[in-house]
Amino acid sequence: MNGRPRLGHGFRFQWEPAQQCHVLLYPEGMIKLNQSGGEILARCDGQRDITAIVADLETAFSASGLRGDVEAFLAMAIEKRWLRLDTGANA
Amino acid sequence: MNTPAKIGPPMWLLAEVTYRCPLHCVFCYNPVDFAKHEVELSTEDWLRVLREGRELGAVQCGFSGGEPLLRDDLETLIGEARQLGYYTNLITSGVGLTEARLDAFKAAGLDHIQLSFQDSTKEVNDFLTHTRTFDLKQKVGEMIRARGWPMVMNVVIHRLNIEHIGRIIEMADALGAEYLELANAQYYSWALLNRDQLMPSREQLRRAEAITDEWKAKLADRMRILFVVPDYHEGKPKKCMNGWGNIFLTVTPDGTALPCHTARMLPGLEFPNVRDSGLREIWHESEGFNHYRGTGWMKEPCQSCDDREKDYGGCRCQAFLLAGDPDAADPVCPKSPHHEIVSGALENAEIPARQAQPLIFRDPKESRRLTQEANSPSLTT
Repeated sequence: MNGRPRLGHGFRFQWEPAQQCHVLLYPEGMIKLNQSGGEILARCDGQRDITAIVADLETAFSASGLRGDVEAFLAMAIEKRWLRLDTGANA
Repeated sequence: MNTPAKIGPPMWLLAEVTYRCPLHCVFCYNPVDFAKHEVELSTEDWLRVLREGRELGAVQCGFSGGEPLLRDDLETLIGEARQLGYYTNLITSGVGLTEARLDAFKAAGLDHIQLSFQDSTKEVNDFLTHTRTFDLKQKVGEMIRARGWPMVMNVVIHRLNIEHIGRIIEMADALGAEYLELANAQYYSWALLNRDQLMPSREQLRRAEAITDEWKAKLADRMRILFVVPDYHEGKPKKCMNGWGNIFLTVTPDGTALPCHTARMLPGLEFPNVRDSGLREIWHESEGFNHYRGTGWMKEPCQSCDDREKDYGGCRCQAFLLAGDPDAADPVCPKSPHHEIVSGALENAEIPARQAQPLIFRDPKESRRLTQEANSPSLTT
């Protein structure tokens, strides 16, 4: 799996003080994210590829070997259309 | 009172900015006496309501009506809502929508437009022959998609169009819909007045669901279709508004704050006005919002029912409209002592050629006439 994930059509990602968590907003709905989901989605800006996102997370949380977990989350998020994956050469 | 210990924030602020509407839908859920409430909140009032709602924790903001496009300040309200961090939804028929207006909404940061089909019998032929309505929706649909909004459509389904559900789905696909809600009419307000003409038979409903399932499979890669089953037919009370005063806060054109858009009809309850109280006080402390929270208000058969936390006894407005008692079990529940009202309406829908009264179209004149007659509670039978 590689490419540059970014938010799906019509989705918005933000921190919600009233919920004390990151949320994903879409037409007439809201998904509350746990901390790791929020940290991953915060980095899905269509600029960074998966390798860069994993590296960034591993630095931020002084961890290693996160790629498997990140990929599993991304696969789920793409399946649910929260994210799109740009895989083109210019992507 | 057995009210929940902690009241969470509302998720939704629904701003019903006007009851004015160019359409006359026979299934409209606006109050039958809407013409009585002509005063509308000012722009400043709405801006304050938006700010207070956001401070309270609401994240979804809907602009509806009536037809919200009739408010000249809609772009200002959308802009403020977006700025405050709401996900902004415009719920519109598209009638009167122009390129310039859409550009203004885009600049204001509008997140999503839900385009509704409001074909009533006046327009059913037009709709079925794909002429005026189709042209309008196609034009509006193209304008919406050209600006990068997701294409979300809503069609109210009833006896007069249910036979054409396949064509409705086909048309939504031709318009590039990514999401289509096929919402069976719910019998409140104008739809209740017209219930005999609008309610489909069991067989019509079964066929419509089967056809929808076929299309769901066929269009799975590009369209999500939601078929909302009517509670009369399902025989199961709905968890109305996901719980009273739980996630939903409506503000009507004149500033009345409600836990759902039809709750104003309920007798014996005072609903506060946003011109007199702040939204925080309204949400947390008002009698109108607290009254049906939790299960403490329930009577039998709800009080001892195992499902009382699941469906909260169904819909309070439906209990009032059908059983004449807002504290009663929703009569769609087979355990309700008033269930025969619902089963009677269903049986009536099985008769193919019924001598039905003429349809009553939602317009200010009818509204005034019906309001005058409203002293007789005959609307409920």
